[in-house]
Parts: sequence; C-alpha cells; structure tokens
Amino acid sequence: MRFLSEKLPGVAVLGIPLLWISVFMLLPYAIIATYSFWTKQYPTFSPDFQFGNYLTLFTDPQYSKVLIRTLKVSLLVSLFSFLLGYPFAYFLAFRCKSQALRTWLYMAVIAPLWVSYLLRAYVWKTILGTEGVLNSFLMSIGILSEPSDMFLYNQFAMVVTLTYIFIPFMVMPIYTALEKIPRNLVEASADLGLRPIPTFLRITLPLSIPGVAAGFTMTFCLTFGDFVAPFLVGGPDGNLVANVIVTQFGTALNWPMGSALSILVLVIVLTVLSLSGRVERHYSPKEV
Amino acid sequence: MASIIELDRLSKHYSSSIVAVDNVTFAVEDGEFVTLLGPSGCGKSTLLRMIGGFEDPTDGAIWLAGKNVTWDPPHRRDVNMVFQDYALFPHMTVGENIGYGLKLKKLNRTEIGTSVQGALSLVGLEDKIDQHPYQLSGGQRQRIALARAIVRRPKVLLLDEPLSALDAKLRGQMQLELKHLHEKVGISFIMVTHDQTEALVMSDRVVVMDSGRVAQEGSPNLLYDNPNSPYVANFIGTTNFLDAQIARVDGDRTRISVAGVEIEAVGETHRRAGDAITVGFRPEKVRILKDGETGDNEIPGEIAEVVYYGLGLRLSVAVQGGGRVYVDSLLPDRLADSQVPPVGHPVRMALSSGNIFLFDEGVA
Repeated sequence: MRFLSEKLPGVAVLGIPLLWISVFMLLPYAIIATYSFWTKQYPTFSPDFQFGNYLTLFTDPQYSKVLIRTLKVSLLVSLFSFLLGYPFAYFLAFRCKSQALRTWLYMAVIAPLWVSYLLRAYVWKTILGTEGVLNSFLMSIGILSEPSDMFLYNQFAMVVTLTYIFIPFMVMPIYTALEKIPRNLVEASADLGLRPIPTFLRITLPLSIPGVAAGFTMTFCLTFGDFVAPFLVGGPDGNLVANVIVTQFGTALNWPMGSALSILVLVIVLTVLSLSGRVERHYSPKEV
Repeated sequence: MASIIELDRLSKHYSSSIVAVDNVTFAVEDGEFVTLLGPSGCGKSTLLRMIGGFEDPTDGAIWLAGKNVTWDPPHRRDVNMVFQDYALFPHMTVGENIGYGLKLKKLNRTEIGTSVQGALSLVGLEDKIDQHPYQLSGGQRQRIALARAIVRRPKVLLLDEPLSALDAKLRGQMQLELKHLHEKVGISFIMVTHDQTEALVMSDRVVVMDSGRVAQEGSPNLLYDNPNSPYVANFIGTTNFLDAQIARVDGDRTRISVAGVEIEAVGETHRRAGDAITVGFRPEKVRILKDGETGDNEIPGEIAEVVYYGLGLRLSVAVQGGGRVYVDSLLPDRLADSQVPPVGHPVRMALSSGNIFLFDEGVA
C-alpha cells in the first residue's frame, strides 16, 4: 500500500504519456511497418516478408516522380518562406521601434493559424482562379484581355498556397532566435569597424541559424506530408506523396504499398529532423 | 600633451522633458585615464555611448584627434569600447574574437596572428586562444574584451562599467590590472562607473556627473579634499554635514557658528556674516580628544552609537542642534586593548580649519 502511494505519482506522470504514445503512435507505426512487407493479392493482402514494395518505390517512375516532386515543392516552400520570413522577422526583432506595431505585426503572422487550414488553402482558389481576384486585377490594369487559367491548378499555385500556410512556422523560430541575440554584439561589431552588412553576415546571421534550421525543418516536414493543398490547387500533375498514400489506402486498395510509402516518408522526415537538430546544436551559442 | 578627444557642449534629449546629457564640455588628454562617475541615470553611459557613436547627440560636437566625428557611425571612429557584459561573440573562439576587428586593417594572416598573440599576452591569457567565451571565467572574459578592444590600437578606449559584473575581490585586483594595462599601452581611457573607489583608484582625472551635467572634475585628490558641492562631497567618500551660520568674515578666515560653538575655516569666501551655510567634513579628519587635551575647533557631543568594522571604529556622535557626526578612527591595536567610549558618554571632537568645507546649498 505504502509502496503504491509513494510510487503512484511517478508512475502516473511517466506511465500515462508512455501508454498514450505506445497505443496511438508506436503501435500504429509498427502495424504500418509490418504491412509494408506484405504482398498485395487483389482485393486483399497476405502476410509476407519481402522488399518488393520498397523496390517498386524506387524502380517504378510513377512513385519516384512523385517523391522528387514532393521534395522539390517542399524545398521551394521552405526557401520562399525563408526569403519572405527572414526579412520580416529581422524587421520585427531589430528595426521595429514601436512595441505596439511589433505586437500587431507578430499577431498578423500568428492569427492566420487560428483560421481553419482548409479555409486558408481555399482562399487561394478564389485569388488565383479564372474568376479570381488576380485575374480581375490584371484585366483591370490591362495586362490581360481575358481571364487566364494559368495561375491555378499547377505547382506554382501549390507552392504559393503552402508558403502562405506554413510561413508562420518559419517566422516564429527565426524571430525567437533573432530576439535572443544581445544587441551589444551588433554594436561591438560596428565598434570593431564592420559596416552593417558584414556585421549582419558575420554576427546576426550565424547566430540566427538555429532559428532558420528550425523554420526550415518545420516548413519542409509540414509540406512533405501535406495532401490538402495539392488536392485543392495542385491540379492534374500536382499530386504529392501524401495524396498517393491516400490513394493506396483508398481506391487502389494497396495497403502494403501505401505502408511502404509511409515508412519512406517517415524515414525522410526523421533524417531531416536529425540533420537540422545537428545544425541547430552546432550553431547554438553556448551560454555565456 | 594635446587633447585627443574634445566634447563641445554635448547634449542628448530624449524628449523635451527627459534630458540624459546636458551641455557637457570637457577634453581628454592623450594617454589620460578619465572616469565618468555618477549614480545610475546621471547620463554617464549615454555620454560614453555618444563618444562611441551608438547614440546621436541632440546638440554639440565631438572632436577626435582634431576631426569632427559627431555624426560618424561607430565603424568609422577610431575608438573602441569594452562593453559592460563584454559582448564577446559566442560563436567565435577567443582568437577569432580578438582578430575580428583586424581583418579590415589590411593586415595579412601572420600580422593578425602576431597582433592577437601580443594582445593576449598583454592580458596574460595566451593559452586561451582556441577556447570559446563560454569556457572562460568572468575575469577572463573581461580580459579578452579588453584585448579585443586594444588590439586595434584605438585613439581612445571606452570602458562601460567594465568591472561591475565581477565579484568584489576580483574587482579590486582588476582595478590595478587595468591601471597597469593603461600605463603599458599608453592609450587614453574613458571609463564609466558608479563606484567611487574604482574612480579614485584608477583615474588620473574624475568627472563627477549629476543629472546630465558635470558637477565637478579634477584629480581624485582634488575631488576628495575640495568638493565644490554637497553632492560631490557626498558621492565621493563620506561627509558629515551640519547646518551652520557665518558669524564673522576676517580676511581668509571665516568664523562659523555650528552646533552651539564657533569654529574657524580658512580660505577666501564671498559670504557675509549671517549667511546660512552647510558645513562639511570627513569622518576620518575628526579627532576625539582625550580628557584634558585641547584641539582646534572643538565641538562637544555625546556618543550615540559605536560600530566596529574591522579596520577601525565608526562613532556616531550627537551634537547640539540635532545633528549627527560620524567619526572614523583606526584602532591602534586590538579592539580589546583600546578604550572605546561607551554610548552616552560626552566627548569633545577636534577638527583642523583646513579640513572644513563650506557650501551655500544644503544636502539634496
């Protein structure tokens, strides 16, 4: 009895999350991993242990094409989020003198996260579509004479939409990293004779790398697993890995193949995570 | 010796009502060690930051070696700063930190290496060249910050409360080390501090600041022995203040009635009989008279408190008129061997005329 009352809090604190993770994360992964070695015998699958599914992933151009496309889109989304998000975060952290303005601008980044994801993706349909805002605008200023369908249903639309949706995940960690840089390091660099741009390149940028790495990781991984934006704005050749996985588990009724694909995505994401973790650790300033 | 830096009616207003620095004019000689001393909020740090180029003045000019640098950004000024918390670059080694400002000076690799080594040996940390700042102790970081600033051979070295982050013992040691370093490198130092001991120990000249203005400037010795205001007398060392009245002026001798007696101060005065003044004197300049002994300017009183602080005794003596006077005396030997007067005991104090300060204004 006494043993129980003493150990109970500890068991509960560690046990409940552990149980949760086991049942809702590790177990499903284990099942998926098992499935990935099975063989498909339409319309069912039979237990097996073979690498055929994985082999197909790399040999069948249908899959490798989607994988490469997903990789490309993910990298582009991360890159554009970085190119747009870094200057914004820099302005917030270093240049914005008014506390009120800073709060408002930061909220402007965060607030969209409270809006339904689906809605935010759908918004771009109305902007980029033939009847959309962009077309009306271009026609009103005379660049287009009739509505164009070139903006929607392609990879461009997908990258724009996903960049819009995931950019907060780039801005937040970069802003946090920049905010942490003591202002007197920048002053010290100027004091030692460096102009603003060399100072930025040698002090501010290297010290904000952990934030950049975190931002890249999040936008990359989130895009890599996304299937709504491709579905809404991606068009006929806009399928990403997640869409293929959905198909494999759905209409194609090929769970083993879907599982193999899922495991591959997991491996890729984990690799990116561990790489960025390494980068973050390497560039993190040790406490002074 | 020529002036290396001249501040000409320099002012900094944050708004019409908030004035950080108000019309400050002074010059620093080549090779001089000047300290800006004052309580926090007196404008000394703002003044230093303006010299460094980190704040723009509202009015006035800064001349560095005969050149007007008032509007030059920090990277164009031939001055270097040691920041309060050192501002060492955490992602660089000690060697990279020190060499940071040298790459622009058109030196080649070997020359930079030699300079860095030289700076490190100047502060006695040659073996730390490949370490990172986080691997160093507070005192070592302080020295690296110094080395990084002086390796560029600036015309003036600015130090913003350089020792405030160190513990008391190390601070005392670094005071002397910094002073020796100053003698060795021969660069002008301008240091900001709120610690009067630090100012007295290290500087050739101290500029005492009060609410953005210069209250008094001069050698430590001058400021201690001839403060021009109760503010300075109070900020540097301890001073007893008593309300008094001029009784009679007789050439360079002034008779003053204070605490029920009349005492005499020396020095020309513009004051006249009947003027209300404040009298000041240092606790250690007062002597307690033994029975039967007589002295100059005797003031009677009664022991109110005795405080033992190791080095000596501080007596608090109540005098007529409600004033309190501190008297410091070093103990000749062990406490037990000396005759400490008990509380409530009447005493007579003696004070030589040369040690009395006269102020028109009261203590703020």
